[in-house]
Amino acid sequence: MSQDLLYIIASIGLFGIGLYGLIVAPHIIRKILAINIMSIGVFMLLVASASTVNGTPDPVLHAMVLTGIVVAIAGTALALFLAGKIHTLGQASDKDGH
Amino acid sequence: MFHTPNLKEHDHANELSVITRILCAIAIGTLSLSLIIMLIVTDNPSSVLPALVQQQLTQSGVQNPVTAVLLNFRSYDTLLEIGVLLIVAVAMLPNSNFISNINSDMPGNNPSSGRLVSVVTNAQVNPTLEAVLRWLVPMIVVMAGYMLWTGAALPGGAFQSGALLAGAGVLVQLSGRLQFCFTSTIAKLLATIGLIAFMVVAVGVAPTTGVILQYPTELAGPLILLIEIAATLSIATILLLLYNSLATQIPEMSPKPLASNKQPSASNKQPPAQE
Repeated sequence: MSQDLLYIIASIGLFGIGLYGLIVAPHIIRKILAINIMSIGVFMLLVASASTVNGTPDPVLHAMVLTGIVVAIAGTALALFLAGKIHTLGQASDKDGH
Repeated sequence: MFHTPNLKEHDHANELSVITRILCAIAIGTLSLSLIIMLIVTDNPSSVLPALVQQQLTQSGVQNPVTAVLLNFRSYDTLLEIGVLLIVAVAMLPNSNFISNINSDMPGNNPSSGRLVSVVTNAQVNPTLEAVLRWLVPMIVVMAGYMLWTGAALPGGAFQSGALLAGAGVLVQLSGRLQFCFTSTIAKLLATIGLIAFMVVAVGVAPTTGVILQYPTELAGPLILLIEIAATLSIATILLLLYNSLATQIPEMSPKPLASNKQPSASNKQPPAQE
């Protein structure tokens, strides 16, 4: 029970930290990092809840987390790419303005 | 390091006041606490899925239950996931195309040569990293092959092995001697082969079993291995492409004098971390 409690508190804590960062942090890179921290919290909760009474963990949840990690990587890469594009376009429009 | 002046101007406009921050913290704290209490109070619902997976494992063609779920019982997930990776790769490809066109002015660097890997002449080579890589890259490739093969019985599989290969590619690129060209035909083929092989298998087994993605029991093992080999190549190529697109974007992201300072320091820092 105490181990479950530790995982629950840690994963929800990570989720909360990420959510706070997502709302409060003004910088777009920080927001992307915050979303990643949130997703790590969710993955942690899924992996922890995969443990069953008889010992063998639930493979469906493990497979789901593995899929989720890959999709999170793809999403993060695209978000960083778009952030870079926004920045480049912002610089270009600033140069035009001055 | 990403706090460039241009983005800071936006910062001041978007920054929240202290009271709003405290209110946010209180709201999120309450939400988190109630979630924790909810999770503690509710019992872990006993799912029938683990027992079902164990029961059907002998028909799946592999011994590792996670691989069985990923590539047999819920292979739709994996198929769509490789599709998602490919879509992101396609979305980020024009940038690498653009960059390689710029770099084509440099000697010994021809993106239209159709080769995946080209040697950069008069490049700034990191000798330490290069010396380490001569030993490290073959070992990583062998390890990736082992991870792929062992995925049938133990933790491992296409994603782990693809990530290892992509890591080797990143190191090779950081050493400065070799350069990857993702607009070449072979790179496009490598990036798509995972999805193509998966879809060919998915449709190919339909006449035998009547359902898409339902493998015949006796052929399940070889088919899963085929999909995994193709998926490994695709995942490695796509992850390397994502890194490449983002890495070539960083000089644009920072002001010009900073970019020239940052580039060598980033490549110098890498070898100690790897050793």
